[in-house]
Amino acid sequence: MRTLILKTASNYLLPVLLVFSIFILLRGHYLPGGGFVGGLIAAIAFVLHAFANGLDNTKGLLRFHPGFLMPVGLGLAFFSGLTPVLFFDDPFMTGLWFPEPFPVIGSVGSALFFDIGVYLVVIGVTLTIIFTISESA
Amino acid sequence: MLAAILLGFLFAILLVFTGKFFRGKLAVLSAIIPGALFAYFASFIPEIASGEIISRTYQWVPAFGVDLSFKLDGLSLLFSLMITGIGFLVFAYTASYLKGHKYLDRFYGYLSLFMAAMLGLVLSDNIISLFVFWELTSISSFFLIGFNNSNPASRKSALTALGITGFGGFFLLAGALLLGNITGTFTISEMLGMKEAIAGSEYYILAVLFIFVAAFTKSAQFPFHFWLPGAMKAPTPVSTYLHSATMVKAGIYLLMRFTPILGDQEFWNTSLIIVGGITMVYSAIHALFRTDLKGVLAYSTISALGILVFLIGLGTKGAFLAAAVFIIVHALYKATLFLVTGIIDHQTGTRDVTRLGGLRKIMMPVAIAGILAAISSAGIPPSIGFLGKELTYEASAHAETFTVIIVIAIVLTKILLLWAGFVAGIKPFVGKLPEAHKDVKAPGFLMWGPAIILAVLGILFGIFPKLIESALVKPVVLALGADASDYHLALWHGFNTVLLLSGITIAVGILLYFFVKPSIKLENRIGKLEFISPKSILEKGTHYFGVFSAFWTNVFQNGYLRNYVTTIVLFLVVLVSYILFGTAGVTIDYSKLSQVTAYELVVAIILIAGVFYTVFTKSRLAAVAAMGVVGLAICLIFVFYSAPDLAMTQFSIDTLTVILFVLVLYRLPKYLSLSDYKMRIRDGILSVSLGAIICLLALQVLAEPTNSEISDFYAENAYKMAHGKNVVNVILVDFRGADTLIEISVLAIAAIGVFGLLKLRLKSTDRSQ
Repeated sequence: MRTLILKTASNYLLPVLLVFSIFILLRGHYLPGGGFVGGLIAAIAFVLHAFANGLDNTKGLLRFHPGFLMPVGLGLAFFSGLTPVLFFDDPFMTGLWFPEPFPVIGSVGSALFFDIGVYLVVIGVTLTIIFTISESA
Repeated sequence: MLAAILLGFLFAILLVFTGKFFRGKLAVLSAIIPGALFAYFASFIPEIASGEIISRTYQWVPAFGVDLSFKLDGLSLLFSLMITGIGFLVFAYTASYLKGHKYLDRFYGYLSLFMAAMLGLVLSDNIISLFVFWELTSISSFFLIGFNNSNPASRKSALTALGITGFGGFFLLAGALLLGNITGTFTISEMLGMKEAIAGSEYYILAVLFIFVAAFTKSAQFPFHFWLPGAMKAPTPVSTYLHSATMVKAGIYLLMRFTPILGDQEFWNTSLIIVGGITMVYSAIHALFRTDLKGVLAYSTISALGILVFLIGLGTKGAFLAAAVFIIVHALYKATLFLVTGIIDHQTGTRDVTRLGGLRKIMMPVAIAGILAAISSAGIPPSIGFLGKELTYEASAHAETFTVIIVIAIVLTKILLLWAGFVAGIKPFVGKLPEAHKDVKAPGFLMWGPAIILAVLGILFGIFPKLIESALVKPVVLALGADASDYHLALWHGFNTVLLLSGITIAVGILLYFFVKPSIKLENRIGKLEFISPKSILEKGTHYFGVFSAFWTNVFQNGYLRNYVTTIVLFLVVLVSYILFGTAGVTIDYSKLSQVTAYELVVAIILIAGVFYTVFTKSRLAAVAAMGVVGLAICLIFVFYSAPDLAMTQFSIDTLTVILFVLVLYRLPKYLSLSDYKMRIRDGILSVSLGAIICLLALQVLAEPTNSEISDFYAENAYKMAHGKNVVNVILVDFRGADTLIEISVLAIAAIGVFGLLKLRLKSTDRSQ
């Protein structure tokens, strides 16, 4: 299944797709997109790379097991919900926002961090499942 | 106060990363945490003693009335001080007891997890958060009992304990919800004013029963008591801390906490007297038949818990006073005896009391601690145990009905407990030192220090009861809804019936100690009755339940994906058509259907072609690719009907599904084993009927009047309240963020499941090779 064209292309596609996935993640606030789709696209980027270059190369590129993204993402999402309780005495998951929108990114608030958490969990889950299955199949 | 509770959790998390520092010489430093907390709670003593109640509220889920509200009153303070104080000693003791253990850091993690959960339990003023902490104590207890997880007996005991206490926890939740339903609040202090309304409610008996089951399972009351002796498989610091001094008293705490709300009713009082009475006598008798020191102590602990339940049931001011004092008495002497037993076990390697003796020659400080604790346990003056016993007798003698039976039961229990205390605290140290133990080494200060501190406190409080009277005991009674300000604790109350009963108890108990020695013969005798014990009955029940579950699982979870799909589809078709044709009737409103455009038609044709190709192709890979085509065609339809978010997600999911299929199929044999003709007809009918039903359902939905209130709300408020213009995403990450949080947790669990299943399977094949 290894073709030179796909292999060469995937090396360029991986960073482009990853940037695209982050774009989709950030875009989700105003337009279609969000952490879930963004995460799936990022996962597809890695899977494509794995298809072209073999699983071991992709794993080497990642340096750590994608499963570690799951607790990190869950922690981030949970903590973004916990922040209002800990620091502002508001109920769990109250939305907090910086008063002024940031350039390029737009308004930044706890929901964005929550979405980043979702993004990381989705990458972690998808890659863990696909890598595990392709290793043992 | 939240910080004080979270400290234990944070330390447990910290240990995950810094475990190796705490595994070695620094282990004893972890005792700083409970020590500091003890000082923190002790600083509240003057305020509480003057009758104040300190409360803090943090909002958690205000929409459901679930707050993190904490209340420190006399009852909470007593428990908090026990948890942190005994915790401090146990943490220090553990550093020496499990010195050099490979998983010492893990042990400390569980212990501090437990400590934090237990503090949360006794400080919660919200019954739901109380329930959460209650479950956390059960879970940490499970980890601690099963700490030696290479031993099957430990694992089994841990599972039994978790099963029983978890079962009770379930009832606590039910009771909490029921009470919340009756009163309209989950805050315990708000329920205080609604006593009459609760007692008059038709659900009163049910609510009380639920609370009872919770308390009885946790506090090991008959017939749920048997998990506690099993829990003695845990390392001794755990038995000291969880299974005698603190966790098992959580049930007692619960009963005391709800006494001012649910108490003072005949059903409440009578049930508690009966259950407590049976438990105290039953398990005190059982203690006679044990040779394992920890077995003796376990049964005497259950008996002591029975006495507490019984005293709460008596429900008089005197009984509350006795219960408050007895909690302190029991925590002090029983923790000491457990620590002493742990030292003996650690140094000699046996807990068999028939093989122990003369150890005073080797470990004098331990012997002193043991003997002092035995004196307190026996209720011999001037120990605090004497005070506790006097008050207990006094309360029993004033019982309104069946006074004689009650007094006989309590005196009998106390006699047997005296015997148990002597066997555990005195017997190992007196007499001749057996040859086998000649070379036993003396324990270090970290081990005997905590034991002797607790033992001396037991005597000190007895001589100077003023030390605890207004600081600890009276605020507890106040929290239970009685005023004891006119009462004074004292060793000497003059010659009266109670003193006579005390004298009889001590004399008969000591005689019993000299005449009945623990022996294997006695232990075997009770072993013959094991088959009718609640434990064996439950174990048999669990066994048959397991057999039934295995049968049931094999019928439905037979491992063939096609059967699962068939079952699900069949069930869905039957259910939906029953509702659709049986009750509602199908009406199709053609006027609401929109015109079909040319490109929709093209997509539909592609879709149908894809479906047919999938069904009739001979190649697996082609079928998968055609499925992909079907998925993409559906995405396009989503796009046409302005659901770009859905389309994007579906698109990515479809891509991944195809990849996943290819990954697996690529390695399967090329040959397609096709199902036979009949089966294909059956599957065809099933699929077509599912499609038809869903189609009819969709048309029917169109005909129903729609309610757009919710979607209007989201559309209107997405930007106003959540600063977002994409309503779908705002719902996901903000309005219904808690759902998403749970969903991603489920995703993570699924991934771990896949990983675990496949990797474990790989490992087992490795082993067989």
